[in-house]
Amino acid sequence: MDTQSFIIQQLINAIFLGSIYALIALGYTMVYGIIELINFAHGELFTSGAFIGIIVLAILQKFGFVETHFILTMILAFGLAMAYVAVLGVAIEQVAYKPLRNASRLAAILSALGMSIFLSNGMMLSQGVSDRAYPQLLSIRGVSIMDARITYGQIFIIILSVALMAALYVFVKGSRLGKAMRATAQNKTMARMCGIDIDKTIRVTFIIGPALGAAAGVMVGLYYGSVRFDMGFIYMIKAFAAAILGGIGSIPGAMLGGLIIGGVEVLWSAFLPSEWKDVTTFIVLILVLYLKPSGILGEDVAETRV
Amino acid sequence: MAKSDLKKFFVYSVFLGILILPMVGFPTTSFHAGRAFGVWGVFVAILAIGLIAKTLRGTGGYRKSTAGLSSLFSPASGTIKRIPRKYYISILLLMVIIFPLVANRYMIDVGITCLIYVVLGLGLNIVVGLAGLLDLGYIAFYAVGAYSYSLLNLHFGLSFWACLPIGVALGAVLGCIIGYPTLKMRGDYLAIVTMGFGEIIRLVLNNWDKLTHGPNGLLGMEKPLIYYPSLGEGGLTWEVFKLKSLPGLYYLIFILAILTIIAVNRLDKSRVGRAWVAIREDEVAAELSGVPTTWLKLLAYAMGAAFASVGGAFFAAKLSYTNPNFFIFMESCIVLCIVVLGGVGSIPGIILAGVVLIAVPEVFRELQTYRMLAFGLAMAVMMVLRPEGLIPATRRKREFHEEKQLSAGD
Repeated sequence: MDTQSFIIQQLINAIFLGSIYALIALGYTMVYGIIELINFAHGELFTSGAFIGIIVLAILQKFGFVETHFILTMILAFGLAMAYVAVLGVAIEQVAYKPLRNASRLAAILSALGMSIFLSNGMMLSQGVSDRAYPQLLSIRGVSIMDARITYGQIFIIILSVALMAALYVFVKGSRLGKAMRATAQNKTMARMCGIDIDKTIRVTFIIGPALGAAAGVMVGLYYGSVRFDMGFIYMIKAFAAAILGGIGSIPGAMLGGLIIGGVEVLWSAFLPSEWKDVTTFIVLILVLYLKPSGILGEDVAETRV
Repeated sequence: MAKSDLKKFFVYSVFLGILILPMVGFPTTSFHAGRAFGVWGVFVAILAIGLIAKTLRGTGGYRKSTAGLSSLFSPASGTIKRIPRKYYISILLLMVIIFPLVANRYMIDVGITCLIYVVLGLGLNIVVGLAGLLDLGYIAFYAVGAYSYSLLNLHFGLSFWACLPIGVALGAVLGCIIGYPTLKMRGDYLAIVTMGFGEIIRLVLNNWDKLTHGPNGLLGMEKPLIYYPSLGEGGLTWEVFKLKSLPGLYYLIFILAILTIIAVNRLDKSRVGRAWVAIREDEVAAELSGVPTTWLKLLAYAMGAAFASVGGAFFAAKLSYTNPNFFIFMESCIVLCIVVLGGVGSIPGIILAGVVLIAVPEVFRELQTYRMLAFGLAMAVMMVLRPEGLIPATRRKREFHEEKQLSAGD
């Protein structure tokens, strides 16, 4: 393999990984933009999406549905996982976050963290502590672009995540609800005065963010072939780094940040010992906080203090 | 409380319970009805208790009942005030001192673990309770203490007492290094960065095979030594006594815990402590009043790290063994739970929570698996219903109620 194809190969891997991080980071950045709270349970919502995916796929596989209707299977797996996690996200928001909207910041963060611990341990108790194998559905065949291989599975995941992100972008920019979301993120009091239903807007945010996270969870499960109850943790740190890097609260920023974090990680794994690759995210996070805390595309919010 | 609120809370509680059902029912691809409904029942029961608490709180009966409860615990108010405080503190102390004489080895071991967590909880209390900074990687400093003792003892043969200040200094310096860039940021940035930092420390310990032996851990550290003078034939000599037995170690951590309690108590009432509280309440106002906020936050962070380091050094010395898996994120969460459930900023609350949260799951083994599930839920419920904790610090309690009044009038 020559240098050129090596570069293309790494680029493909970076885009693939980056689009998954971007999907998770979107959930953080949207929730943060609206209620200024880090949704600590987001990593767990991502994992529970992966688990719902495994349950749906296993049931469909049992009835031999997968072989005959592949596209419908994928739609069902992604759709059900996203729907379930969206409802779970709203339920968590109602039970744990909504009563604390006027309370101190620390109380809200602790409540979010409590939900995260609760969900993560609930999944550990119900799904076991070991890795669970995902049905091998994505074809390992692929195409070669100048000696660099890209599998159909990777193509499928990249296309799906780009489509989801595009749909989100159109929704936020174009629709009435999206406009309400942007207004709420800018100034909650003013938005309320203009007749925007803040509660409804927050609920919509807690539908979209977790649903995107769940889609990412199913993708990770399908591609890597296994899920674990605590896998949300490391993805959470990475997605958060992506959200900060892009500028928290900014939707294009989260996409860009995800791609950069994915790229850095792939580059590190390509040239340096890969057991240290999780350290890179942290280094990026610290560097961003040192040099430009508002992120690449963010407004200058990081100076505001708790 | 409004009736519609109650209805909504109820609907969502049942909703959450039903939602969790499919997650619980499929440990494999087959459906385990008994198990599913068992766990679901627990969820619904917990939510129902939350609902009842909320209703009671709405009617005012809750306030009465908890007022009775807290006056039972809180030394500053209620019936117990008639007994002078020093008496019942000394009775408690006496009980703790006698404990190893009457308990068996297992119970002493549990007692030691409880006391380690009390030290950790009080250390974290400086960071979270006094200065209001959320630290989710606190266990990393515990790891620093444990590994610095292990490495110094194994490679250079330094004693426990020589390693203690080194570990404390190392922890404090590391706390400053990690705290400096982040302390200027929002509180939630700090939470994530410290969380990442805790994970990085664990990864470094896990991957740096040459120094830390990776996941196998380090083995064979010496137990702490006690030196005492003896007047023998050769005049005054120093005798060495090795703290091998569990009661000996128990008394050592007991003394460390007492010193921690005194230190944290003094800090709380000191000028620095008041400055920390000022920062927690309103950082801008504190800074305008001439409080050097960045330095004091850094100091709080370093102090908390130092106490964790002491706990860690003791932990390594007690077990004569460490490995990176002792220092996972969940451990940080347990310590945070102790601080939050006991009452943020309240020393007696944290001591009680430390003992209860560690001892109860240890004694009732069957509960062990459900421990973190309950802790997590308790943390969220606590924040919603009673943010000041089980035994609130007096200052803190007033603050929370003031907040509630403000938001009610909003």
